[in-house]
Amino acid sequence: MAEMDTSSSGGGHKKGPGVKKGKKMSTRVDLTPMVDLGFLLITFFIFTTTMSQPTAMKLFLPKDADKPDEQNKIKESGALTILLGGDNTVFYYEGELAPNGANFKSANYSNGDDGIRAVILRKKASTPEKDLMVVIKPSPQCTYKNVVDALDEMSINVIKRYALVDISPVEEQLVEKSVSAAATQSK
Amino acid sequence: MARPKLPRKSTNVDMTAMCDVAFLLLTFFILATKFKPPEAIEIVTPKSVASKVAPSKDVVLVSVDRDGKVFFSVEDNDVKKEIANEINTTKNLGIDVNAFVSAPFIGVPFSQLKSFLAMPETERKANMLPGIPVDTTKGPNEMIDWMRYAVSAYQGKKMNLLLKGDNKSKYPSIEGVINAFKKTDQLKFEMVTNPEAVPTGSELWKLAQKGQRTED
Repeated sequence: MAEMDTSSSGGGHKKGPGVKKGKKMSTRVDLTPMVDLGFLLITFFIFTTTMSQPTAMKLFLPKDADKPDEQNKIKESGALTILLGGDNTVFYYEGELAPNGANFKSANYSNGDDGIRAVILRKKASTPEKDLMVVIKPSPQCTYKNVVDALDEMSINVIKRYALVDISPVEEQLVEKSVSAAATQSK
Repeated sequence: MARPKLPRKSTNVDMTAMCDVAFLLLTFFILATKFKPPEAIEIVTPKSVASKVAPSKDVVLVSVDRDGKVFFSVEDNDVKKEIANEINTTKNLGIDVNAFVSAPFIGVPFSQLKSFLAMPETERKANMLPGIPVDTTKGPNEMIDWMRYAVSAYQGKKMNLLLKGDNKSKYPSIEGVINAFKKTDQLKFEMVTNPEAVPTGSELWKLAQKGQRTED
């Protein structure tokens, strides 16, 4: 029977003294550099990966109604108007603006008691839900961030009805006056 | 007394397993990476709690940079072509349709559109361009025209209108853009923002805790 000769040399019999054994080479490869390279690339890709996708917030605009009877009526008691001024200032009034500006108050973007979130929550707690309407009026001085923050505040406080409305000249003047007054006071 | 000889252990560690893990992770990250396309317009978007991912198909994007300059861009090449043809027929500008299609964004008034498209693409830097005029005190709000073209080009299809503004851009430019949306009856649009955690203790947070958070 034919047989494979598996031994290294010498046809199966024991090697005599002086016959050198063929050195067996190890099949192991040093993988350290490969691992190094692998981890280097991993680090690179971890840092370049943008995990956070940009998100989008939806906004529905009110349609401009030309005729006054087509306009949406809101109850005065349930209205909260938020005015966004320059230098990250916020002002608000409830209901209709008093001619002398008595109910025109200032707030800020902080989480504190005089922050706009507390104002919204107070209003929300004191008005029945179907009457509540928040009107956001950005002045020309405010930034886009302010607008997004204000709109975001609506979704944070789960306000169902809110609208982005153009500011009226009277309100704009009031905001401007208050902003400049605050600026001189802090100096 | 002769000590028993300790067998010499090899210091070699088998790296195969580690190598496997490393390359598995590597493959994952390579496949998961989506490179950001280089943006010609630098915009830092504000943060919001909105968790809906911004749409990436059929997008009409209006960008407002930090100086309040407005840029207009459309993804779809067919739509771009339609818009370009429409501009040529209605405004008689004689613009190069192919150049319009390959332009990633438009940031000039209609009067400069032809020379803008003739410019090499590398020179079209957002900070060098005047932007699309939206201020009605200085002239017509050209954004209205752009919106009209986009709306007619997207007729019968769904159009995702996106507004991407910079943190520092002043409101008048945004107002101009929003007015243009209103004028063309596009009352539904989305604002691109960066995700932010919902403040703990707020109403939305409580809803989320109850598992009722609905994204609309």
